[in-house]
Amino acid sequence: MIVQAHQERFDVIVVGGGHAGCEAALAAARMGARTALLTMEEDKIAQMSCNPAIGGIAKGHLVKEIDALGGEMGRNADETGIQFRMLNTRNGPAVRSLRAQCDKKQYRLVMQATLRAQPGLVIVRGTVDRIETSGGRVSGVVTGAGARLAAGAVILTTGTFLKGLIHVGLNHFPAGRAGEAPAEHLSDCMKEFGFELGRLKTGTPPRLDRDSIDFSALAPQWGDDPPLPFSFRTEKIPMPQVCCHLTYTNDETHRIIQENLDRSPMFTGVIEGTGPRYCPSIEDKVVRFADKPRHQIFIEPEGLDTNEYYPNGISTSLPVDVQAAFLKTIPGLERATMLKPGYAVEYDYFPPRQLHPTMETKLVEGLYHAGQINGTSGYEEAAAQGIMAGINAVLKIRGEAPCILDRSEAYIGVLVDDLITKDAREPYRMFTSRAEYRLLLRQDNADLRLTDIGYRLGLIHAGAYRRFCEKRDAISLEKERFLKTRPRLTPEVAARAATLGLEGLSPDMTLAGLLRRPELDYEGVMDLTGLASHPAQAVREQVEIQIKYEGYIHRQSHEVDNFKRLESRRIPCDFDYACVKGFSREVSEKLQKVRPHSLGQASRIEGVTPAAVSLLQVALERSRRT
Amino acid sequence: MNAGDTICAIATPPGEGGIGIIRISGEKALDIASRVFAGAGGRTVRDYSTHTLHHGELRAPDGKRLDEVLVAVMKAPRSYTCEDVVEFHCHGGPLILRLGLEALILSGARLAEPGEFTKRAFLNGRLDLAQAEAVMDLIAARTDTGLRVALEQLRGALSEELGRLREGLVRLLVEVEAGIDFTDEDITFISPQALAQGVTAVQDRIGRLIRTAEEGRIVREGVTAALVGRPNVGKSSLMNALAKADRAIVTPIPGTTRDVLEEFVNVRGIPVRLLDTAGLRATVDVVEREGVRRAHDALARAELVLAVLDGNEPLGAEDRQLLDLTRGKATILVVNKSDLPPRLDVHHLKGLTQEDRIVWTSATGGAGLEELRDAIRDAVLKQGPEPSEGVLITHLRHRGALERAHAALAQVRLSVERRMAAEFIAVDLRGAVNAIGEIIGETTTDDILDRIFREFCIGK
Repeated sequence: MIVQAHQERFDVIVVGGGHAGCEAALAAARMGARTALLTMEEDKIAQMSCNPAIGGIAKGHLVKEIDALGGEMGRNADETGIQFRMLNTRNGPAVRSLRAQCDKKQYRLVMQATLRAQPGLVIVRGTVDRIETSGGRVSGVVTGAGARLAAGAVILTTGTFLKGLIHVGLNHFPAGRAGEAPAEHLSDCMKEFGFELGRLKTGTPPRLDRDSIDFSALAPQWGDDPPLPFSFRTEKIPMPQVCCHLTYTNDETHRIIQENLDRSPMFTGVIEGTGPRYCPSIEDKVVRFADKPRHQIFIEPEGLDTNEYYPNGISTSLPVDVQAAFLKTIPGLERATMLKPGYAVEYDYFPPRQLHPTMETKLVEGLYHAGQINGTSGYEEAAAQGIMAGINAVLKIRGEAPCILDRSEAYIGVLVDDLITKDAREPYRMFTSRAEYRLLLRQDNADLRLTDIGYRLGLIHAGAYRRFCEKRDAISLEKERFLKTRPRLTPEVAARAATLGLEGLSPDMTLAGLLRRPELDYEGVMDLTGLASHPAQAVREQVEIQIKYEGYIHRQSHEVDNFKRLESRRIPCDFDYACVKGFSREVSEKLQKVRPHSLGQASRIEGVTPAAVSLLQVALERSRRT
Repeated sequence: MNAGDTICAIATPPGEGGIGIIRISGEKALDIASRVFAGAGGRTVRDYSTHTLHHGELRAPDGKRLDEVLVAVMKAPRSYTCEDVVEFHCHGGPLILRLGLEALILSGARLAEPGEFTKRAFLNGRLDLAQAEAVMDLIAARTDTGLRVALEQLRGALSEELGRLREGLVRLLVEVEAGIDFTDEDITFISPQALAQGVTAVQDRIGRLIRTAEEGRIVREGVTAALVGRPNVGKSSLMNALAKADRAIVTPIPGTTRDVLEEFVNVRGIPVRLLDTAGLRATVDVVEREGVRRAHDALARAELVLAVLDGNEPLGAEDRQLLDLTRGKATILVVNKSDLPPRLDVHHLKGLTQEDRIVWTSATGGAGLEELRDAIRDAVLKQGPEPSEGVLITHLRHRGALERAHAALAQVRLSVERRMAAEFIAVDLRGAVNAIGEIIGETTTDDILDRIFREFCIGK
């Protein structure tokens, strides 16, 4: 519903309707807070401004965790996905990740419908020019139209709109996304509060017209059949499934790019912001990896009823004529026409070490930052921060203990801790190698890890929670069966074992013992013993993973115990690092800047040596005693 | 420990000496030292520039003159601890030093805990963990070899070698991680064969290091050798002959008295504690039993047995009994009295010892002693003729960590062979990297991703 918002008072105001804003607003409203979502353009809420996909390696984990906490991204992607693929299947269960191509328009519309239907949430059109405070604490916002909205907490999820500058070739103009205005005043207001600002850039490829692509020249790439959903609460995928395609750049493409580098804003120094190394522009790739003969391009549809195709792998900010020229050299794209050229966008961000682990800013109480404003890239990273900011804003207003996930509990915990601890030199993207306890933080057990928390917060409905509990019980029962059942070694079993080449079976061997054998999986054990499988796939999967990789899981759990010991050594907010003798200037400055909340976090700050951590430990002990 | 304190201690060994040094380190070292020192022309410690030596008087807080001293000033960070350090070089009497120390404590310094200066050097980043341990070894070194090994470690030779091993593993880990996080790229980051090869190479080097640990322990702690034999075969003469030339420099070991039955000798750089089992003789029951008990005792403690026989007499029943007792122990048969006519049949003996270590000596004439030293060294160091010139592992802590790294790498190879998923391989590889890092005190995770980006073309 849309209401007249003048002179209104809200519990939580969310500024921005991107992926972080949607999750923040929904979480706050679902927890019972009176919430407003401010957006420049209602129709652009939940816009997928870059590629038309949700998930991917490590990002899929984030989506599952958001879902387990009661967030919306997973369900929305399930609702609107047109190709689902489980990535990394040739690796093990911990690093498998789901990725879904979505119908861009549907994704946006379905999310908008969810927001509108959410009781306690209102959508307000407008920009924010100023954050208002009273006594160092947020009291509300002033919109571009001059309206004052009062709030107990404000969550900024402004994405790339802060002083956004779009570059196409050497032309540049202020804008948030292609065709949308940037937010100009908010950056200045934040500077007045004393926030440190940084500048980053990100890019996007040209969009191609479906009718101009020669698909016969491209390698088709189908999704999984049947498609698996993100959400633990989704029962079926409603949209028809489509095919993607693959093609490659070549020498000729690279030559054209090389020859026109002097017209690239990046190489001529027009763009000052730092771009991501993991999703570099095609000109970046051509320069930095000059010996690589080709780079792959995924040709992805942006939706079922659109002609727009997204060539994933050729982000560029070269001038339009160069983009057109190099496209013509690519097999299948010889006659491709651009619906929109590729562009680079530069934007302000606030280095997130200025945040508490709740996403609240250290400078202004009650003000939260989530999403790309913190220098992250990706819808999933944004959404994960959004839901945590929404949750913590409400908990703060209620005067309750914050909800902080740590590195051993969730990728979300890794994300937040990295953001507030490490210096980002480029937009931050999640990878599985960022998670030390990767084997514990699997996408398949995100619900087991986090649903209880989501339920306690009031974000998971009773019905969904009951189904979750049933699943959890079923898993422990089935595991119990595996640990206790000793299958009879009948002649039939022995014969089957012989054909499998299984040796050394003994009468006291349990089903679990069999499952641990490298030759057997869950189905293999059932086939061998002739016993009945559990009907639920999710239960079978959990039992197989938990038993088969028990040794590794135990080891990581043990490491987690050690990790928790250092995490539990709190450092007071006002701790005086200057009084610790022996720190090098670099270490002292880093600690001053980050102000870690625990000894564990301190140890993860770049440049803080183990010796410095020992020193800090001693100093903490001393200050505790005096 | 309170890192901010200023600490002081007597830095020279207890007892009387030519000079005795009191060392102070910490934030207030210059101030505190100034309070107890009066230099020429009314100047004091605070006025001196760093790395200079000055003459003056050490005084109690009440102004009473204690000693005429030299004071050395080393200002932070160019000092042993990276803090301000002052050393008073006093006359070496225990009372003078104690009074000097008291004066410092009354002026605000705190008595240092054992090893605290070195601990500060570590905490302040001047030494890594392995180097800090080397300092302790250096001080406790009993032989020149022990000294050399400790110096090498302090110089960072061990840290360098471990750093290289760790780097090798990190490189492999980068490839494995890239294969996980960038699986959609059309790149094979590392083949299972190349991974197994890389891991094996590092594992072998770790294995070699572990094998030096036994030698390292011996060089650092020494070995115990028991001299056994009938009376009058020349045990005591042998002990004296071995001890005379190369008496090892040792500090008294608490709980033991240094009687004639025990002597530390330096054998080819190895500290050897020689035990003389003088009571081993065959007489009447009670004494015999006592003798056998003592022999057993000494044998149980000894890592090496020197079984001494009289070359001038045929092998007797007592000798045979003795040789029976040495079964299963590393043993050298020492046939003494080689200066007298040989009456002992060597061929007879060969059947009795497992390792064929027989040395003819003349304890009185000195013949064969060099051969005996060689034989002792060879028996103790199974690696080769000389203690290794390279890096030695001397600490149990290092050995434990290396063994964990070795085991983790064995698991990596097994996992590769079994075609386990990359994330499990990565766990063990990371385990090995961290275990090695523990030794040098570097367990923080490197930014593996950083390296991936640097080394590979990573698209979306």
